[in-house]
Amino acid sequence: MTITARLAFLALPLATMMAANAGHTETTLETVRERDRLICGASQGTPGFGAPDDNGYWRGLDVETCRAVAVAVLDDKDAVDFVPLSGQQRIPALQTGEIDILPRTLTWTVQRDANGIDFTTPNYYEFTGFMMPKSLGIEKVEDMAGATVCVQTGSTTEIVVNDVSAKHQLDLQPVVFDNTSAARQAFFSGRCDALITDAGALASVRASMADRPDDYVIFPATEYVDALTPAVRHGDNQWADIVRWSIQTLIAAEAFGITQGNVDEMLNSDDPRIRRFLGTDPGNGTALGLSDDFAYRIVKALGNYGEVFERNVGMGSPLKLDRGYNALFNQGGLMFPLAFQ
Amino acid sequence: MFDTLWYSRKLRVWVAQIALMGSLAALIWWIGGNTAQNLTERGIRTGLDFLSRPARFPISETILHYSPEDSFLWAFIVGLANTLWLSALTILLATVLGLALALARLSAHPMLSRLAAGYVTVFRNIPLIVQLLFFYGVATSVFPPPREAWTPLPGIYLTLRGAYAPDLFLSSSGSWLLAAIALALILTLRIAWRWPTGKALLPLPARLCAAVALWLGASIAIWHLAGRPVRLEFPELNGLNFRGGQHLSPEFCAIILGLTLYTAAFVGEVIRGGVQAVSKGQWEGGRSLGLSERQIMFRIILPQALRIIIPPMTSQYLSTVKNTTLAVAVGYPELGLVVNTVINQTGQALESILIMLGVFLTISLSVSALMNWLNARVALVER
Amino acid sequence: MQSTVMTSPHLRRKSPLVLRIAKAFFGDLLGACLTLLSVGILLALVPAFKWAFIDAHWYVATPQGCFSGGACWAFIGSKLRLILFGLYPPEEQWRAALVVGVILIMVLLTAWPRLWGARLLALWAVGIALMLVLMAGGIAGLPPVPTSKWGGLPVTLLLATLSLGMAFPFAVILALARRGSLPIARAIAIFLIEIVRGLPLVGLLFVAAILLPLFLPADWTIDKLGRTLAALTIFAAAYLAEVVRGGLQGLPSGQIEAAQALGIPYWKTVWHIVLPQAIQKVIPPLTNTAIVMVKNTSLVLIVGVFDMLSAARSAATDPAWPAPSKEAYLFVAAIYLVICYGISLYSRHLEAGINARNRS
Repeated sequence: MTITARLAFLALPLATMMAANAGHTETTLETVRERDRLICGASQGTPGFGAPDDNGYWRGLDVETCRAVAVAVLDDKDAVDFVPLSGQQRIPALQTGEIDILPRTLTWTVQRDANGIDFTTPNYYEFTGFMMPKSLGIEKVEDMAGATVCVQTGSTTEIVVNDVSAKHQLDLQPVVFDNTSAARQAFFSGRCDALITDAGALASVRASMADRPDDYVIFPATEYVDALTPAVRHGDNQWADIVRWSIQTLIAAEAFGITQGNVDEMLNSDDPRIRRFLGTDPGNGTALGLSDDFAYRIVKALGNYGEVFERNVGMGSPLKLDRGYNALFNQGGLMFPLAFQ
Repeated sequence: MFDTLWYSRKLRVWVAQIALMGSLAALIWWIGGNTAQNLTERGIRTGLDFLSRPARFPISETILHYSPEDSFLWAFIVGLANTLWLSALTILLATVLGLALALARLSAHPMLSRLAAGYVTVFRNIPLIVQLLFFYGVATSVFPPPREAWTPLPGIYLTLRGAYAPDLFLSSSGSWLLAAIALALILTLRIAWRWPTGKALLPLPARLCAAVALWLGASIAIWHLAGRPVRLEFPELNGLNFRGGQHLSPEFCAIILGLTLYTAAFVGEVIRGGVQAVSKGQWEGGRSLGLSERQIMFRIILPQALRIIIPPMTSQYLSTVKNTTLAVAVGYPELGLVVNTVINQTGQALESILIMLGVFLTISLSVSALMNWLNARVALVER
Repeated sequence: MQSTVMTSPHLRRKSPLVLRIAKAFFGDLLGACLTLLSVGILLALVPAFKWAFIDAHWYVATPQGCFSGGACWAFIGSKLRLILFGLYPPEEQWRAALVVGVILIMVLLTAWPRLWGARLLALWAVGIALMLVLMAGGIAGLPPVPTSKWGGLPVTLLLATLSLGMAFPFAVILALARRGSLPIARAIAIFLIEIVRGLPLVGLLFVAAILLPLFLPADWTIDKLGRTLAALTIFAAAYLAEVVRGGLQGLPSGQIEAAQALGIPYWKTVWHIVLPQAIQKVIPPLTNTAIVMVKNTSLVLIVGVFDMLSAARSAATDPAWPAPSKEAYLFVAAIYLVICYGISLYSRHLEAGINARNRS
């Protein structure tokens, strides 16, 4: 090989890289359509919210949020790959395009919103809670003095532990883990007196990991409620809109009384709002860059928010959570539909 | 050696090398450009100003004082201090255990040498992280909860939240006194040792015993006269957990035990290799001088083996420092875990990871440099 | 002197076994102490042995059967699929098992010195392509399986073999550059090798898992497994380069000068003359690096890649079983021990062969 050939050999990959760099950046919608798969960040296994079942099929409230977007964009609720991510990886993974959506397990905070990700619309409202064995006889934060708390890094709960401890002068002793399952296992082995995370996740942990779920009590750590919100990366507004309105579709469908069972009848509804919603009167879908019947397809494939909730975390599931904050606004909850027009 | 093979014309060689340099620079430029573009496009915060903001997250155990009001920079330093503490302790313990292992493997005793060989085989061939997770599993499943703590000795409690022991509290005058007493011991022994043989009433061993007895009596007397400026603080079960006293967390126990047992297997092999590399003639020479096997080992072989051992031992010690990063897996807050947490809290992964890499690179390169210098010194002494 | 040399083996053969044992174990005070020490160590291991074997549950009807007594090996039995193959779809599991088989066959073939050469390299290329096709599917009627569902032993073995295999060419180039006298090339090689060797693998894995996507253009995506593999490859390359350099150092320069005098081009010299000899000299450290890399694959757990260890850890979280993490990790440890000890035995066998040849 001559020197020139050798040089060319070296330069070639570089030149290709440069050329690739010059190409225009695709929008997320284009990328997802081209790939024909949606890639979702998932938790490392929180049954009810997001975990693979025995056959490796992902189930849960957050998982179905992703499936709703997949139905809207690709018309296939199974065209989703779930990538389990640890706490410290999930935000970089979203920022750098490894995943298209990060559904929940993410509290909407100003620090996060201002730093490379955009929040869409909350799909779950929750307080941060402590779980403790009933045998310790503690059922409120003020009594927790000196307790050891298992904390999983990569969450807002680290700061909650600190705030609560300072506020009530509890001298809580945190034990920090980088991995969700390690923190949970440490709690059940007795390493800690308490486990802190979102109350919904605690209910999931209690239902799925406790030997006798009734032996554990969950109580709020603060008087505040967090909005857990699927996020997308910063800077692609069209994609953020698609995700936001796909989630809104689930909530609006419940408000309109549209279910998986009656959605076909509802197509013949005379209510102009419902007609616009389901795409019988066109306009909404195309405005987003989707087909006009996207809401119909989502409800047909997954049902409305109430159905998704009941199936995954509600009374029809091992978690047995009541709707609480997540009931519709007209039933005392915080969920309300935006206007589909 | 190989340049003679390369095209003889120097110009071409230089052109090729400059091209190589250029492509490396281009690659770095390209990566930098991508990163800058990605950061701005995605609105990711950059810069190091977060370092001075309060960290607000807890760190479960620290060597240096830390409270969540401290800055992110201090959190990094606290993590680094934990890393160094872990490394130093592991290196010390593993060297002692490794030396014992090497001696056991080299001994003529059939049972002991086989036990040591078995130990080395098992611990070298299982990944460290598996061992750590196993020990952590043991630490949190074999021991009882705090209310049913095991007490092998009064004041010592073993629970699945770790081990508790009484803490020694010294007032400032107490620590001065303790230092003075230690100094007095050295002086007494020195005087007894150096006492002119002609003038001595007693033979050396008896003289030493007498000196120690004298020192002990005087110390106890002074101690009482000074009002016993030390107290023991016993751990007590208070509410949910033990309070007070010294506490070793299960995370710390698992990581220190795992790192020590693993590193000792390698250290033992390095020492054994060094000893075996010393030529057989040295043993024979020692024997012909009428030295005992033990004398030959400690006076002749080990000092020579030390020179052979230094380079591989350095790299063992350096890998120990690097291996402490595995503490992430069991939740001991060394630098890696702190970096993890900081990434979560600030989202500034780039800066945090680069800080971590920079710290480790600095440690590795400066220790290598130091050891190279030391090695050169030791080699010079060789005749 | 002569007579003692002659008679001592004879005498030793004559002395009764009991006496010889007594002499070995209680010959002098030190020997007796050491014997007591050894017996003490063995006695200390008895409870562990009892836990692991005598009191152990090898088969239980329900997980409740494990709540008392010793080790619960029945747990391993019921979670074997998860630990060995992770989340790989059960109906496609034969593919993952086949991949493990292919790797084993390739490794056995590689262990046979007669096959060493270009053909073996070609075989590896084919084998790796075959394994990736089997794992990923998507062609030849195999349903596609995304890498996020790969897991367990195949991932561990693939990471180890692929990282070593891909690192090797880089290692050779780096080693040649570092040994050569081209100043810039040497400086670059030293810079790259020392930087990588100065960093903990966990740090490199963080870079791969979190930062690498930032370094690449926005529309390039490499999945996490691929990025992890890249980090392992870079790590292995730096360590292998130092091993290969050790081999190059021991090479007599006359060989290369002769090749040059014959007008053999550089790369041919390297390929046919330098490398075969250099590598033969460093087989023990090479296999040692292989062991290190097999062990290092377990670190991918920290960045959330679902290898065998991660799979075991997640299997151990099943609440139906009584805290079986010790058993899960012991099982994984045993698999690693078999693999790594196997490699080191093989290395010793080769070394003995080389020594024997050198002596004759």
